[in-house]
Amino acid sequence: MIVELKALCKDYEQGGLPVPVLRDVNMQVEQGEYIAIMGPSGSGKTTLMNVLGYLDVPTSGVYLFDGVDNSAATDEEMAKIRNEGIGFVFQTFHLLQRQRAWENVALPLSFRGISRKDRREMAAEALERVGLLDRLDFYPAQLSGGQCQRVAIARAICTAPKLLLADEPTGALDSKSGLQIMEIFDSLHDEGATIVMITHEMGVARRAGRVMHIRDGMLTDGAFSAHTAGGDIK
Amino acid sequence: MTEYFRSAIDGIWAHKLRSMLTMLGIIIGIASIIAISSTIMGTNEQIKQNLIGAGNNAVTVKLYQGEYELQLEYEQVPEGVPVLGKEVLEEIAEIPEIQDAAVFYQRNAYETVYHGATGLSQGTMLGVDENYMRVYGYVIRAGRDFLPEDFTKMRKVALIDKSVSDTLFLGANPIGQTIEIKGEPYIVVGEIAQSAAFTPVINTIDEYFTYMDSSGGKVLIPMTTWPVVYQYDEPIALVVRARSTEAMTEAGKQATAIMNGHFTKDTGEVKYKSENTLERAKQLQELSSATNRQLIWIASISLLVGGIGVMNIMLVSVTERTKEIGLKKALGARRRMISLQFLTEAGMLTCIGGILGVIVGVVLAFVVAKISQVPIFISGYIVVAAVVFSFVVGLFFGAVPAVKASKLNPIEALRHE
Repeated sequence: MIVELKALCKDYEQGGLPVPVLRDVNMQVEQGEYIAIMGPSGSGKTTLMNVLGYLDVPTSGVYLFDGVDNSAATDEEMAKIRNEGIGFVFQTFHLLQRQRAWENVALPLSFRGISRKDRREMAAEALERVGLLDRLDFYPAQLSGGQCQRVAIARAICTAPKLLLADEPTGALDSKSGLQIMEIFDSLHDEGATIVMITHEMGVARRAGRVMHIRDGMLTDGAFSAHTAGGDIK
Repeated sequence: MTEYFRSAIDGIWAHKLRSMLTMLGIIIGIASIIAISSTIMGTNEQIKQNLIGAGNNAVTVKLYQGEYELQLEYEQVPEGVPVLGKEVLEEIAEIPEIQDAAVFYQRNAYETVYHGATGLSQGTMLGVDENYMRVYGYVIRAGRDFLPEDFTKMRKVALIDKSVSDTLFLGANPIGQTIEIKGEPYIVVGEIAQSAAFTPVINTIDEYFTYMDSSGGKVLIPMTTWPVVYQYDEPIALVVRARSTEAMTEAGKQATAIMNGHFTKDTGEVKYKSENTLERAKQLQELSSATNRQLIWIASISLLVGGIGVMNIMLVSVTERTKEIGLKKALGARRRMISLQFLTEAGMLTCIGGILGVIVGVVLAFVVAKISQVPIFISGYIVVAAVVFSFVVGLFFGAVPAVKASKLNPIEALRHE
């Protein structure tokens, strides 16, 4: 079990009053699972991703990551968990424009004190897996949106994380590039990666082994329904 | 660590104009400090050379009454002052700090020396031994030096300097001419001058009065002929050359002790004293440094302003790179790594500023030296200190932005546009 959430709640303060964002969330992600989380904006799915990715801490409840409760972790320890256990793929790629593709990929490795030479090798391996070995020394500005996202995926996987978190990875791409990205996720899944992905798109969600829906901070497991899959339906 | 340097250089290079403008404050500050300190030290060196004479290190021991030299024209030599001759040099030679020594008689030359109807209105009469010229650093400009026979045979020959030559002979050749010293005819055999290393550099009228009072108008005769003109039992004066500039004070002290040791009676205020040029040089140096040191404080203000400029730009840089910081934190960068990145950049910015400042400062010092004739004096110590200090300024003023960056919340930072 990579992820286990038990009665997890997250409140935000607003004007001195707590506003619940996640309410009593229970979730289990097995090793090698590919899960899509769907939900309208404001439903709390980004907050859920932040909690899963140790960018945010829950107000109450239990989060076991790979069987370990890290609720007492300090900021610095959380940084270490993020660096070693989790790979992030963002909607807007978040590549550093002044760094070459391989340098972007190797960024999380640089926080571990790995030598520049080794980092380049590891980055090259990751870039090969997303089919961009020939773009090693390109700058993001020289790459298409789809290629940028592939670089970002390479960055997420080069650390061999236990959990891959993707926040609408195709949201900023045209459908053709989006398809390519999804195929990469499929192959990563085939290779045994554990993936949790937020998405708006049915077509994307359908590729996942399991789809979960979140609405008003409540997570429900289940098959598709036209009602839930549609997004912002009131 | 190379990562931080790479990133810092990248950050500085990405905003060339901005980095340059930010550095300007540091450059101006460091450049002024370098130029001012060069001027201070150059002036000090010049004062020292003027008073002491480069490589000469001469200390004079004369008879004093209280604070002033005893004037034989107006004052009686009190009983108890020894009549010493060349034999005292043997004792003086025992002092380890002393390399060379000479004895001489001295009198005011006022209304004493004539060539025809022309007389000296100022100047010094000196009865010297064979060592005097050597110890004091005099060279022969024309004619000849005293010969050993001049001393042994008490020849009435004289050496004069240019000032005396100009006054008495009005530019005509003085060699072989006869002058009258207290009515006694002496033949001028040579013209002397102080060796170049011993000649003060005079730039201003103040410096002229500081250095020239003892430099002009000298008439030298063999000390064996001194009793012909004056008395045989006059107190002698001593000039010694110390082994080093630092040994001057000690050499003077020791020589004075020996001279005073020959006193046969307590003579009250009348005593041999060394004219401590080293001390005098130090006093003059203090005086000139004190004024210039104020300038360093003023220059330091520009460093402070420069430092604040660096802080300002680093804060802007942190804001601009909020997203980058957020990403790095999300990917597992520790706070220390983020703050080090910005500290390195700030430190490197001011370090480069410091190095450029040193270069500008050296150029400035050369210009100042050219204009004011003060020798240039740039110590490696000051240069290193300036660069290190500017680096510290960067670290100090970079600390606030660096800590601010390291404390950013990654979620909010990533959302930042």
